[in-house]
Formats: sequence, C-alpha cells, structure tokens
Amino acid sequence: MDAAVAEPRKLAAKDYKSDIKPIWCPGCGDYSVLNALTRALAELALPPEMVAVVSGIGCSSRIPAYTSVYGFHGVHGRALPVATGLKLARPELTVIVTSGDGDGFSIGGNHFLHACRRNVDITYIVMDNQVYGMTKGQASPTTAPDWEGSKLTPEGTGINPFQPLVVGLASGANFIARVSASDPINMAKIIVEAVRHPGFSLVQILSPCVTFRPEQQEWRDIVRTAVVDYTDDAARAARRLMTDDGFNVGKVLYKGSRPPFRPEFEVTDGSIAELEASFAI
Amino acid sequence: MAAQSVSLVIAGSGGAGVVTAGSLLLEAAANAGWYALMTRSAGPQIRGGEAAAMIRFATEPVASHDDSFHLLVAIDWENISRFAAEIPLVADSLLIGDPALGDAPAALLRNSPRQAGLAMSEIASSIEGGRPNMVALGAIAGMIGLPVAAMASVVTRQLKRKGQAAIDASMAAFNAGLAAAAGLPAVPRLPAVDSAAREERWSITGNEATGLGAIRGGVRFVAAYPITPATEVLEWLAPSLAKVGGVLVQAEDELASINQIIGASYGGVPALTATSGPGLSLMIESIGLAVAAEVPVVVVDVMRVGPSTGIATKSEQSDLNIAVYGMHGDAPHVVVAANSVADCLFTTQWAVHLAESMQTPALVLTDQLLGQSRAILPRPAELAFIGQRQTAVAAGEGQRYKRYALTGSGVSPMAIPGTPGLTYTADGLEHNELGTPSSQASDHQAQMDKRLRKVAGFDYGDHWADIMDAEAGGGDIAIITWGSSTGPAREALERFSAAGGKARLISLRLIAPAQPDKLAAALAGFERALVVEQSHGGQFHRMLRAFYDLPRQTLALYQPGPLPIGPARILDQLNAWRT
Repeated sequence: MDAAVAEPRKLAAKDYKSDIKPIWCPGCGDYSVLNALTRALAELALPPEMVAVVSGIGCSSRIPAYTSVYGFHGVHGRALPVATGLKLARPELTVIVTSGDGDGFSIGGNHFLHACRRNVDITYIVMDNQVYGMTKGQASPTTAPDWEGSKLTPEGTGINPFQPLVVGLASGANFIARVSASDPINMAKIIVEAVRHPGFSLVQILSPCVTFRPEQQEWRDIVRTAVVDYTDDAARAARRLMTDDGFNVGKVLYKGSRPPFRPEFEVTDGSIAELEASFAI
Repeated sequence: MAAQSVSLVIAGSGGAGVVTAGSLLLEAAANAGWYALMTRSAGPQIRGGEAAAMIRFATEPVASHDDSFHLLVAIDWENISRFAAEIPLVADSLLIGDPALGDAPAALLRNSPRQAGLAMSEIASSIEGGRPNMVALGAIAGMIGLPVAAMASVVTRQLKRKGQAAIDASMAAFNAGLAAAAGLPAVPRLPAVDSAAREERWSITGNEATGLGAIRGGVRFVAAYPITPATEVLEWLAPSLAKVGGVLVQAEDELASINQIIGASYGGVPALTATSGPGLSLMIESIGLAVAAEVPVVVVDVMRVGPSTGIATKSEQSDLNIAVYGMHGDAPHVVVAANSVADCLFTTQWAVHLAESMQTPALVLTDQLLGQSRAILPRPAELAFIGQRQTAVAAGEGQRYKRYALTGSGVSPMAIPGTPGLTYTADGLEHNELGTPSSQASDHQAQMDKRLRKVAGFDYGDHWADIMDAEAGGGDIAIITWGSSTGPAREALERFSAAGGKARLISLRLIAPAQPDKLAAALAGFERALVVEQSHGGQFHRMLRAFYDLPRQTLALYQPGPLPIGPARILDQLNAWRT
C-alpha cells in the first residue's frame, strides 16, 4: 500500500514494537536491526495491519513476534515461499522477510535463488553473522573456510564462503544493498528504499554474533561506507560485487528495473458453471 | 454388476495412437448413451512408448474394471508383454492382432484366449490418409454394437482442425474396420440406449474432478510443482482458476509449494496444492507447521507406487501411513480419501470445507488409478460445502486479540492481515493464547488439547463413510475398504447380492480422525469382516486395528500395486464365508 493513501496515524518507531522481550544475547546485532526495521516502518508510515513480517528459524527469525505488525514465524528455510504466497494472495500488503545466513542461504538456498528470479515485490532482510547462533555456534554458508570455532568442524569447513549478493544479482534480485548493524539510522534509510523499490529487494546486514563470533565486534571498525553510488547496470554491479571484500556497506549497490511478478486475481467472465459445462456430454 | 458391460483393451507402440483411439471410443460411447471407465497404462518412456487403453463400457455407471477383458486389439506387438499382467485374458477372451506383424507373444496366451487376425495396416494403407488405429476402432465398434453415427460425430469434431480430407480418411478407415468386424468372432454387445431416457452425463478424470472440487470448495490460490501422477490436477487448475478469479503459481519445489499455500491461506485466501508420495514426504514438516500455526490448507496426494521413486506411473494405496502418522509431534489433522472418480470431486470439496472450518490442514488421498481414469458418469450432485473460516473482526472491549484463544470447539476466530487492531504472529513454536512463544507445560497442554478438540469434536455427519448393503441386506459379513479398492469391492458386493448373498460394504472416506463409534454402529451384529486394500504392508488393516474394534473374524486382503485387487478375489472370500 502506498504510504500516501494510508490513514495518517503518525506512529513512532516504538509503536511498531511488541512488548515481547527478545531472547537475543546482550550486544547482539539483531537488536539494532529490530530498531532499524521499526524506524523504517514509521518512516514509511504504514498502518501496522498492512504489514507482514515473515521468518523461518534462527536468532534473526525471531523478529516477527517483536514487532506489532502481522507476523509469521514458520519452519527453517521456508520464509521466502510463505512470503511469496502471502504477497501474491494479498498484493496490497507490505511483506518483509527477516532471515539469517543459515536459514536464508543454506537450508533455504533454493528458495533464495528462485525468489530473486521470480521478483515478487517483497523485501528480504538477511542478518549475516557467519554462524548458526541458535544451535550454539556452527559454521554457516558465509563462514570463512578456516574458522575453527565450531565443534562440528574443528578444523574449519575448508569450503569457500557463499557470496549472497553475487548470487542474488545473478539470480535476478531487483535491489541489492549491504548495511552494517552498527549504523541503525542508515540501515533504516536503506530498508525504506528497499521496501519502496518494486520487486525483490535484498538487504544483507552484517550483524555480529557477540557470543559465538566475539571477534565480529571489530566489524564496526572494519566496515567502510561504499565509495560509489548504486548502479542500474547489472554487469557493472557484478564486477563490483565480485571484487569487493564484503565490508563495503551503507549504500544501495544495485537497482534493477525488472517488473515484479504479480499474477492478477481477476474475475473474468468465466464461472464455475462454465467449468462444469466443459465436462458435460 | 447387474448392468451389462464389455471390457476391452487397445494396445500398441508409440505413434499407434491407442490413447487417442481410446478417447474417441469413450466419447462415442458417451454419445451412444453408455457409461464407461477408461484407464491408461504406459511404458516408462517420456514419449512414444508402448501404451494400452483399457476400457469398460456399461449400460450403468461403472466404478471398476472387470477381472478380465473380453477383447484385446493389438495394433502391433511392440513390448505388449509388459502389460500382460495388467490385461488378464481368459479362454473366452478374444485377442486380435495384425497378421502382417506375426504371432502374439506367449505372455498373452497363458490362458489360451481365442485369436483372430485383422489386417489393420493393410486395410489402412489402401485408404489415403487411413490409419490402423481407426481400422481397429471400426472393428471394435462393430463388435460391441457402438452406433456408427456416435463415432462419426466425435471424429468430425476431433478432426475439424485438420480439415474434411482428414475426417473422410478417418471415417473411411473406420468403416473398413466396421465391415471387417462381421467376419470376426463375437464378443459381448451392448444394447443401444433410448436417448429419451438419458440423464445428463459428464466425461471427467479423477484429477479433473479433484481440481473442480477445489474450486467449488472455494480454493483460489494453488501452488504447483509437477509430479506424476498429480500434474493433471494442477494443469487443469491453472486455466480454470484464472476463470474464477484465482491464481496458480509454479513453485521451485514441493517445500516451496506447501509454504506458498500456507502464506496465501494465512493471508485469508483458501489454498491448495497437489502432489504425489515423494512430494508429500517433502511437505510433511510444513504440514506440521500448518497444524501448529492453525493455517487451513488442503494437500492432495495422488498416490503412486512407493517407496522412493517407486513406479511413478502406477497406482498403490501405500501413503496412508505417512498421511496419518507422518508428522513429528502430536499433530491432529484431517485425512480424507476419495473412493471413485466422481468422489474425487466430493471429497476434495469436502476437504476444503473441513480445513477452513477447523483451521487445520486436510490431506486428500486419491491415487493414480482414480486420478488418471476417465469416466463417463452421471452429472455429480451440487454440494453445499464451501470453505467457511471463522474470522475475527475486532478484539473484545479493552482486550488484546487472542489468536489462539481456548474456545469450546477449539476453533479460534482468525484475524486476516489487513484487519486493524488484531495483529498477531502465527507461530510454529508452541505459544500461548496470544501467540507469544511459550515453553510452559501448561500452554503446551492447553494448545494441544485445543488443536485436538477442533478435529475430534467436529461433526463429520454421514460423510465419514459410504455404506452399501446387498439387496437382501447386510447379513453378518462386512467388507471394509477405502479409496480405489472401493470400486472392485462394490462390484463384488453387487455380484454377491445378485446371487442372493447378504453383506455390507463400508468404504471409509474420513481416514483421520478415526470414528470408532460410527464404525462400531455400522458393524453392530456383524460377525465377519474382510478388509481390502492395495498395500504391501496392510497399512489400512493395521490402522483399523489401532483405532477400531473389528469383528471377531476379520480377514485382511491386501497386495501392493500396481495390480488392483479384482472383484473376483473379494467375491471368493464372501462366497467362502457364505457356505
């Protein structure tokens, strides 16, 4: 729903939060994402009932219950299909998916590819901390191959990390951005842009896990604001993303102009009686 | 069955056009006022493999194949032996082949059927544009008494696009076959039906009927991932939904299709997907989510031979266990099963009603045999079932909306996104009445009780089973069956009845939750029961033993697919008990 036609209610960011206390560890980057998301919803001036936040399983997937909008907390890896069905069935709703690197890129990897490809008008916020936090610290698809902090892979995975933005671009995502949880104000701004951009918008958030990847607290000093503005040229975006070290944040990297996938529910002249007549002899 | 019937097979290799021939014959028979059931069997090839169209024509609606076929017309012998087990021939059967193509393979001759030759290729080649399958059709029509006019109108309509020359060539080949029929040995003929006495009839497959049931029930969102033998449900729904204001989306896999329909239904639009065993296995986790989050969805499983890829193109009733017990945790849900081609419509429409009313997933079990069979049947009755979901429009004065409120029926009014003031988070995590995640024992107990209450306390009316007695009454013998085994069981009962036997047929449509009181009432006074199903492990019999009290003397008759249990085997047991 366009903000301009929404009932003016002047809600503040806090009005988009529920009274449920998050289960996250103190210092978790996801608090900052919750703040930025609710700030973005206030900025968008969306009536809470016209927004749905959908998630799968993991620390980041707990967000829906912490908001005051409609929420759906499903099974591991399947948030994107739920959101796809919801948005196609109810195009007037603003649908936002919150996910993590394990939920979104490992168990939900296939849906990620096809959600980018299908380009339904939803916003995909992925909190990337390069670890499975809820199960107490295992390597995720974005973990470096030599990380030895997991009992499951004590010598590291030996596998190159997944490049979500490169894959997202190649698969057809219509909007790509990377932000840092250490800058919630900018994050809110980017989320607003992502929601407003038609089609599938992918926002990767570097959201440190202070418990299982305490070294990620240094991210706030490592990240840098991307030097160039976004491009609408996919080939140029691909070159930039392929050569980037993953710490260029704070800006939109790519904006496409593919029309979103939006099958129309349109009552045509047909009727059930007509369908039945086709069987009659 | 009391009515007259004739059973025949047209078989041939790819390109012989046997399925086309079968469809033309079916349509022509419908024009002539007959009823029919046609099943198809095909080899594993993607295109152009050997195929057989098995058809039973009758003067009354027909729900099952006979135990053997009166007539097999083989346009060629290519790989036909693969079908030998599916095409039982007896000494009285007539096997017709093309003399130019050599002798019939031994596999077809085990019971020494009568044989005759028909020079289909030679006759066809003497007619410009003539094809052997049309010659075969002519011969069949002549032998079984199908009026020429009925066939002519079908051929004209089917070939209109190809022009008059094609129509003339086909009818010339048909007429040549018809003329040749006079010299062939006799098979049973069906009488012509008085056109004034005809009721409105439909030509429909089980998969189409399933699709229509979904639309009639109110489904307007379908997510689809192709799988044999369920694909036709989805392919029929794609254009049909568009005509009634619905939409079908092709998903990337079954995990996506089940979750897309959960998302759509959470958004307030009744939703369905159709799959077969392997797809159901993938969907199971998310069906459990729909149980916990209380999102109504309908999942149709057109069963095929399992486990694993099994035999994808053939039928078996072996997904009963996964449908009933597949989910982890205690997950009360609904499982219903269609017991005929027409019943695919009724049962699917009912399933939408049940899912929406109880806000829980409903699984519909059909199978390849029902789904891919085409039947000529009386127009199915209008049904009153329309999915009706209790929705919430406002929270109580000064109260927070409780999505999972503990109500007497267990059903809690559901807020549809877009409704102001009632926002909540649907959750697969255990939760309290508000939907807030909870690991408290008391919340778990209360929500489990509530979810069970919904399905256990629902009034399923008389639809839980179809019950049919022999003319002389039920006596003390019951046949208990389900799904596609019901057709042969019904025919066995009719034959038993015609011979003066007493028995009752009980076909369970509601598989879960079990209805022990209702079955106990239906079995009151019955001393013996015969349980009939098509599975290797006797899944249905085991389920009955777990949930029901069965008569003291209960026998289980079961075998795996793809061969159905024919009426004669069921009748044998009834007769054994009678004497």
